Amino acid sequence: MNVYHVELKEITKRFSGFIANDHINLSVKRGEIHSLLGENGAGKTTLMKILLGLYSADEGSLWIDGKEVHITNPRIAFQLGIGMVHQHFMLVNNLSVLENIILGQEPGNVSLDMKKSYKIVQELSTKYNFALDLNAKVEDLSVGMKQRVEILKILYRGADIIILDEPTAVLTPQEADKLMKILHDMKQQGKTIIFITHKLNETMEVADRITVLRNGKNVITVNKEDTTPEELAKFMVGRDICFTIEKSKKKRGKPILSIENVKLLPQASDTVSLSVHEGEIVGIAGVEGNGQRELEEIILGLRKYKNGTISLLGVNINSMTTKVRKDLGIGYIPSDRHKRAMLSNFTIADNYLLGYHFRAPFSSKGILKKREVEKHSKDMIECFQIKVSGLHQSIGSLSGGNQQKVIVSREVSQNPHLIIAAQPTRGLDIGAIEYIHNQLLRLRDEGKAILLISAELTEILKLSDRIGVLYKGELMELKETDEYAEGEIGLLMAGRKAGIGTNG
Amino acid sequence: MGKWNVKFKMKDNVPNNQHSDFILSMIAMVCSFLVAGIFILLVGQSPVAAYIALFQGAFGSVSSIANTLCKSVPLMFTGIAVAFAMKGGLLNVGAEGQLYIGALASVVLALKLPNLPGFILLPVSILFGCLGGMVWGGIAGFLKAKRGVNEVIVTLMMNYIAILFTSYLVNGPFKAEGMVPQTEVVPTGAAFPKLIPRTQLTVTLFLAILVVILVYLFLQKTSWGYEIRAVGENSSAAEAGGIHITKTTILTMAISGGIAALAGISESLGTYGRFIDNFSPSFGFTGIAIAVLGKGNPFGTIITAILFGAMDAGSMRMNRVAGISASMVNVIQGLVILFIAAPQIYRILLAGRRKS
Repeated sequence: MNVYHVELKEITKRFSGFIANDHINLSVKRGEIHSLLGENGAGKTTLMKILLGLYSADEGSLWIDGKEVHITNPRIAFQLGIGMVHQHFMLVNNLSVLENIILGQEPGNVSLDMKKSYKIVQELSTKYNFALDLNAKVEDLSVGMKQRVEILKILYRGADIIILDEPTAVLTPQEADKLMKILHDMKQQGKTIIFITHKLNETMEVADRITVLRNGKNVITVNKEDTTPEELAKFMVGRDICFTIEKSKKKRGKPILSIENVKLLPQASDTVSLSVHEGEIVGIAGVEGNGQRELEEIILGLRKYKNGTISLLGVNINSMTTKVRKDLGIGYIPSDRHKRAMLSNFTIADNYLLGYHFRAPFSSKGILKKREVEKHSKDMIECFQIKVSGLHQSIGSLSGGNQQKVIVSREVSQNPHLIIAAQPTRGLDIGAIEYIHNQLLRLRDEGKAILLISAELTEILKLSDRIGVLYKGELMELKETDEYAEGEIGLLMAGRKAGIGTNG
Repeated sequence: MGKWNVKFKMKDNVPNNQHSDFILSMIAMVCSFLVAGIFILLVGQSPVAAYIALFQGAFGSVSSIANTLCKSVPLMFTGIAVAFAMKGGLLNVGAEGQLYIGALASVVLALKLPNLPGFILLPVSILFGCLGGMVWGGIAGFLKAKRGVNEVIVTLMMNYIAILFTSYLVNGPFKAEGMVPQTEVVPTGAAFPKLIPRTQLTVTLFLAILVVILVYLFLQKTSWGYEIRAVGENSSAAEAGGIHITKTTILTMAISGGIAALAGISESLGTYGRFIDNFSPSFGFTGIAIAVLGKGNPFGTIITAILFGAMDAGSMRMNRVAGISASMVNVIQGLVILFIAAPQIYRILLAGRRKS
């Protein structure tokens, strides 16, 4: 029988002025893992929200098992067996795993039959090898475990079409591997899985068929066997992408930043010491929330620290304000772009001023030199190929990639000695990521010291000369990139040193 | 703080927005007059006759124009004072208290140093009054920056302290001879010269316009002004850019208080020549409406202040000629704020029209 389990035909969705989905077709077979691949803004999530009844399509039709359906709200989607695991978990932290799963669909008539629900959920959990403790509180679980709770919640409600929106973005490599296994198990049990991602390696690992979207349009649907990552990248971006970067070997120069015995998290039992030298990129790997935010803010003086010393070019900067530190030569690309780096409603030109509003040539005796600022902004926009409609456009109206380019160009333009790049490519598409990576390498070759803090392991491996791993506020290891054994960094990210016990 | 700031935060540097913001203010004005017209109809009077009387009372003769401008001067000061704080992300609802403190400080200094020549005494009195307002506003800024205390609550409470404290002083230590709780008349050297003889209008009009323009230039063209705007837009990003949040917050509230004080100083050293108990008909609170309507734009602030001044000045004639209570003006002003506070409604209506 040649009937698809899920079929979306000619789906078009317009938001005031732009088309998010332009006549998109998607056909998913029963029991396959179908990867929906595309850059940010390609229309993947919009398309899935239409399938879930969260948006209504302007044109096109939805078909389940060969019958046309009208999904006008999420409840109808549920009845049709469609469930989605969102990027942000929707769990009640202080309830148990079991309570979270049955929430909204508790067995029993008037009284809650916990015994019965425990039995039902436990059966499901074993069937798919979830290894969950149903009585544990959700707040005590790791991110990977929470995600499993979300998946189990959907299975409990009888979904057989399961949509996962960028599920690995929050996971360690090991957790991601486990997720892939779970997806395989679910497939064996006959579930249909739609896997939204922009990561090529995951797609190649887990998908049976792949549909690529670009700028709201279908590019192609292929079987995994018939394609390569290089080809997929080309489909996603629309041009050739260079995967490997030629790094010139250079002798590292004198130390620029030295951190000695600084405690990142109050619960950490050990302090952190590291140094970044001229002409090198030191990558800090680790799952988010293990002290990365603290590290960047402590270096910039945005967060107080009691112990230890930080020195820049050999000068102790412990008692210096953020302004003085930046003036000494720190360029700062914060991990939280919207919170820390942008004045969203200000113009692009005014955003180029931030942090340099008292410096010549932009300011003289406190009077702003508008012409100088605009000239500088124009140069940067041209040099970094930033897509803008004008200097007086607000930065908030740019795409994420272009916002980040403004910030990166601002922070590197004043010739800093040290650049703190925290999650510099988060949320950007492949083209912009490639550009930022090349810029960081160019700066390294110019002799700048770069501290790269990133949750993207591939990024760390690609760019860093030396790599450190943060876990629970402690630096697990710091050594040359090629001294790491395969998989070692992943284990360190999960808090395990090689050669030591593997339970936990 | 959140809610208040979000509601009143002015979007700066978005040129395409500025145009529509001004139109929205004008639409709010027109709507208020229309709705108030319905009220006037309900009490059996002609809105047209009422508004003609209002207009004549405000602009019908030289003395009525002088009266309008005289009433708009303190509103320009409080309007730009509140707008200034808003640019820094702070809602100063304490302009009322700051202007009382400023007024009394300037009058007391002028009375204590009567022998100084005028060209020294007047500037010194003004500066002393401003200093008083700066301290009064700065306290709220200090508490906000150091302790995170909501500036809306602090400034609001300090209004009562300022009004009652000054009231005590003019009923006691500084009370002039007679029944009325007021100070002695300040020496002529400390009084602002009259602009039009036999009216209350003084040169403070020019001072007000100058201050409004200077505030605008300070915010837009200087590095310090940039710091204040950046903190108002996103204090976390400003901090990462090396801006000292604590210092900037205190400075913003102090300057705002100092400007608000000028409203009281212009009334006491200009209009009346002395400090009179309870002299302000809520200039400080009306200033909030003017700041919201004027969007911190100098032209918008001056025009809005004159419109509000005109309504106050014309209300007596409307009462006399058309028999409409002068309070109707308060209704109109209230409606303006109501219409402005819900700009989202217009945007929805406009969007709906574009669709169909």
